[in-house]
Amino acid sequence: MTYPEQPPRLPDVPSEPTASGPELRVPDVPSEPVASGPGLRVPDAPSEPVAGGPELRSLELDYPRDQWQRISPKFAVIEQIGNTVTMIVVAAVAALIWWLNESIWPLLAGGAILIVLIITAILIPRRARSIGYLLREDDLLFRRGIMWQRFVAVPYGRMQLVDINRGPIARAFGLAELKFVTAAVGTNVIIPGMPLAEAEQLRDHLVAVAESRRSGL
Amino acid sequence: MSGEFEPIPPPTPATTPAAPPRTVADLTDGEWHRMHPATPLLRGGVAFIVIFGIVVSNFRERLVAFFVPVLNGPEQYDPVTAILNSPNILLILGGVLAVLVLMIVFFYISWRMATFRIGADAVEIRSGILFRRHRRAQLDRIQSVNIARPLFARIFGAAKLEVSVAGDGANVNLEYLHARDAEPLRAALLTLASGKQHRPAAPSPATQTAGEGTPSTASKLENLVTDRARDLLGPELDLAAHQVTAVVRVSPLRLIVSTVVSLSTVLLIVMVVVVTVMVTRGIYWSLFALLPAILGVVSYYWSRISKSMRYSVASTSAGMRIGAGLLSTTNDTVPPGRVHAVRVTQPLLWRPFGWWRVQINRAGTSALNAADSATTALPVGRLDDAAAVVGLLLNQPFYQPVRELLDDALNSRNPRGFVGNPRRAAWVDPFAWRRTGYTLTGDLLIFRRGVIWRHLDLIPLARLQSLNTTQGPIERRLRIASVTAHTVLGPVVATLPHMSTRDSVDLFEKVSAAVVVAIGADTSHRWAQTRASAPVPGAPRIDLGRWEPSSEREAALVAENAQRYPVAGVAENIELGPNLGPQEEK
Repeated sequence: MTYPEQPPRLPDVPSEPTASGPELRVPDVPSEPVASGPGLRVPDAPSEPVAGGPELRSLELDYPRDQWQRISPKFAVIEQIGNTVTMIVVAAVAALIWWLNESIWPLLAGGAILIVLIITAILIPRRARSIGYLLREDDLLFRRGIMWQRFVAVPYGRMQLVDINRGPIARAFGLAELKFVTAAVGTNVIIPGMPLAEAEQLRDHLVAVAESRRSGL
Repeated sequence: MSGEFEPIPPPTPATTPAAPPRTVADLTDGEWHRMHPATPLLRGGVAFIVIFGIVVSNFRERLVAFFVPVLNGPEQYDPVTAILNSPNILLILGGVLAVLVLMIVFFYISWRMATFRIGADAVEIRSGILFRRHRRAQLDRIQSVNIARPLFARIFGAAKLEVSVAGDGANVNLEYLHARDAEPLRAALLTLASGKQHRPAAPSPATQTAGEGTPSTASKLENLVTDRARDLLGPELDLAAHQVTAVVRVSPLRLIVSTVVSLSTVLLIVMVVVVTVMVTRGIYWSLFALLPAILGVVSYYWSRISKSMRYSVASTSAGMRIGAGLLSTTNDTVPPGRVHAVRVTQPLLWRPFGWWRVQINRAGTSALNAADSATTALPVGRLDDAAAVVGLLLNQPFYQPVRELLDDALNSRNPRGFVGNPRRAAWVDPFAWRRTGYTLTGDLLIFRRGVIWRHLDLIPLARLQSLNTTQGPIERRLRIASVTAHTVLGPVVATLPHMSTRDSVDLFEKVSAAVVVAIGADTSHRWAQTRASAPVPGAPRIDLGRWEPSSEREAALVAENAQRYPVAGVAENIELGPNLGPQEEK
């Protein structure tokens, strides 16, 4: 299977991998079942649950950390601003209700929400660092989450459209959010906190590679 | 209960074609055409019936009173009497007449303005008087073509052709067409969409002579009446007219029993027992609670049964034909490669009977209208039937492997080739972990799940949209993770929970690589192009694909399957319009 020539990779990738290390690691295609034609074949022997390699504790795909494209560190700042604004609003509302009917409950409820928001504020930097994406040869790999980890692989040819969204705070920081939409609702790949120029380059790149790999829905 | 899976002998060329080929050629010539003249009546059908009913019920009393003056009841206010006695009767009648004339003119213009066109690569409709609408659907994006025939339209000999493309509310509806045009038009649409290179068939002499001679008006009327009667009473699926190569039917008895054997019946029985006990203790008001429940359950049964009566799944030259309906019929043709996921499932109460249901995900069925009819491929059937339907839906060329796979995966404790959950998954999933597992065959990803509600999800890799693996904090402690395969919206949500982390990563990497290969090899948006490349005259009708039997056992299997489960070729004897004649491949 050959595709018409590869569109160029993003020019301003910060860490250009060295020639020795495989830059985009494409896992070995399970070639024999695919090549064997349309027949439905059940493997004869119960396939051993993975011969090589020890049991993994955390869900970590086999890519070195520096291969992942990271989002801008400013994204954490934006999140903190949003979180702080939410905290202020919650505190104000709780205080207002308390002032109106002098009951202790609004303060307790507001306090509980504030505690959750403070924990969120502590976790925000880690969460922002966990977001990353990887442009493999034929699909886009996206990850996010530390405690609740999520990895998504989307073949480029599945792209229906690419959205670039910019909220007011993100615009002030020159950031944008890129959304990759497929025919499935569950895909839900949203890469936040990208510098606008980079997001637009990534969009053009994705459109180009999707065009060369288009097939039916 | 007869055997529902019937091998069909090679169809003999239909001696009397359903429609003269001339009609289809005219409709697919790339020019604009009008709908059935009764369209406004049929679209506004319900309103007309209601108005007619009101008028009739008003006049009935008047007629009865006219003929039987004894029954003349006490004088009441009646709008018709008031109008008749009014001095402005001419004015009122004139107004009514004007409204009628305006309505007729409006309907006539709207009928004149609604036109459709079928070109080489798209189907288009134009409609609307003040707000014009022009809708165009690419033929290679067709997901399915449905012919719906509500009872009212059947009486008028009309049918609705729904060309469904992916997208919510993106259907192109040709409503209404002459019923005799609908079937050949769909065949022509799907042949065009398949990308096959067409050979305009020479019109057979029989059909040419059949149209000769002008019958008298009386015999015309007679013909019309007998035609309608034959249409209303005839079978839902006419095997000779459709080049059917395999068919699965649902017998009425099984359909009724399977509908009645359900949880709602159990609830109803429990309720009847409770109410009986209460009544014997003198609590009579409890009877009133029972009545609505019985009514609800019975009407639910009736709607289910009447929709699924005469259910048949057939492999035709243009794809899967799923037809059903007692009075209002509907039949949908799904070309190859339009099924995004298949689920074989079994409600708990069906287990003693060994019955299964097959559901599918398709693009273009909206989330709100994810009704049974569009997403159910087989309402009930034995494993044999389910295997046949699954094989046809997923374009598996051979029946036996699918049958073995389903039997193994659904009924066996440790199916071959499946990678299951680790034992430690029992901490979060004490029962179902034994049955959870996946396997990856040549072009399918298969998830097996469920202890009480057993099901098996089969996803063609070429249709998989994306793949997801997640792990929460509790799962991390247990070193397990979950994998989800995303497809278009539908009843099948393919999730595989609590796999060991190593297996999850393994599955994720394997499948995401295999999907890319499958997408590259996929040609289903022009599904006949690959096959049409080498038409060998006089070749056997059964297309064995690229697969060659390598051993004697396999060859025997092929021979056996060829009889039970032939693969359809693409229709050859559909004549298309002059502009769409032999197409050159670009």
